[in-house]
Amino acid sequence: MGGRHPARASLVSVVAAVLALALAFAAPAVASERHPTLNELEGEVMCPICHTTLDQSDSPAAQRIKAYIVRRIRAGDTKSEIKRRLVADFGPGILAEPAKHGFALLAWLLPIGGILVGAVGLGFAAWRWSRSREPAAPALAGGAVLDPELDRRLDDELRRFE
Amino acid sequence: MTGALKRGVQGLALVGLAALLGLLIWKVVHQNGNTAARQIATGKTGPAPAFTLPRLRGGGKVSLASLRGKGVVLNFWASWCDPCKAEAPILEKAWRRYQARGLVVVGIDANDVSSDARAFAAKHGLTYMLLHDPGATYSRYGLTGVPETFFVDRRGRLVPIHLAGPVDLAANRAKWAEGIRLALRS
Repeated sequence: MGGRHPARASLVSVVAAVLALALAFAAPAVASERHPTLNELEGEVMCPICHTTLDQSDSPAAQRIKAYIVRRIRAGDTKSEIKRRLVADFGPGILAEPAKHGFALLAWLLPIGGILVGAVGLGFAAWRWSRSREPAAPALAGGAVLDPELDRRLDDELRRFE
Repeated sequence: MTGALKRGVQGLALVGLAALLGLLIWKVVHQNGNTAARQIATGKTGPAPAFTLPRLRGGGKVSLASLRGKGVVLNFWASWCDPCKAEAPILEKAWRRYQARGLVVVGIDANDVSSDARAFAAKHGLTYMLLHDPGATYSRYGLTGVPETFFVDRRGRLVPIHLAGPVDLAANRAKWAEGIRLALRS
């Protein structure tokens, strides 16, 4: 058995780093799903009367929903279960973020699509612009269109700098 | 860019723009549609907006159409609403007094946790029909809060009376009695 190949070793390091990073982000997400807190749900659930998130509202309706969330947390519901119950009672508008399925998925896809289309458009415009400048350079380099009088004055000017 | 490609991209952009415009128009029309409150405010009442909602207790669903032939009081309420507590006994009394003459009182619980609403109904001894609305009927009737009350006659048409606030509010008392009378009219 020989020594480890340097390229393979660096690949393993990169994969390990990516996995560690993914785990670092995934662990809190899993904990939040299994053991949600009122604080985090307050920012993800709307008050149906005041049309702000619960953490921005102290209306009677918001207080009732907060109390309900606390009861469901104590009963051991996951975050998804609590949200499902709220949607069943109040409709999908109770969630601050649109759902990631059905018609509401458009709310996620349209901005991403818009950014992609804009990026492609910008890239294409930049490519066209750079191409349109290219043919001009050889024409000047060839000097075919340079006025002889202008050419002479340019030479004089340049000589003064030498 | 070739002419065909340019035309294709322009066509695609136009289609996208038309789709977004269509979506905007659809949203505006559905938001500011002909709600029950607007029909009454403009004096152009027609058929009451249809709904099919789950019962708050006992399971099953009830549609407004299934109540055709009855005079209907539609009362929107929520368990967290203080004025709703005060008017609940009045609604209960009206239901008991006029049910033999064909009146149905329907309490539509809106913007509320349904388990809280069930507890409210049990606490106040409500026996009239209670439904739960997850939001769409509230919008279709053009409510701005709870409690609000509408009346539907035996032919399923809106009675031109809309009570914003509790039925026992001084400004609403005469309208409350008139609403029941018009709903029961043949």
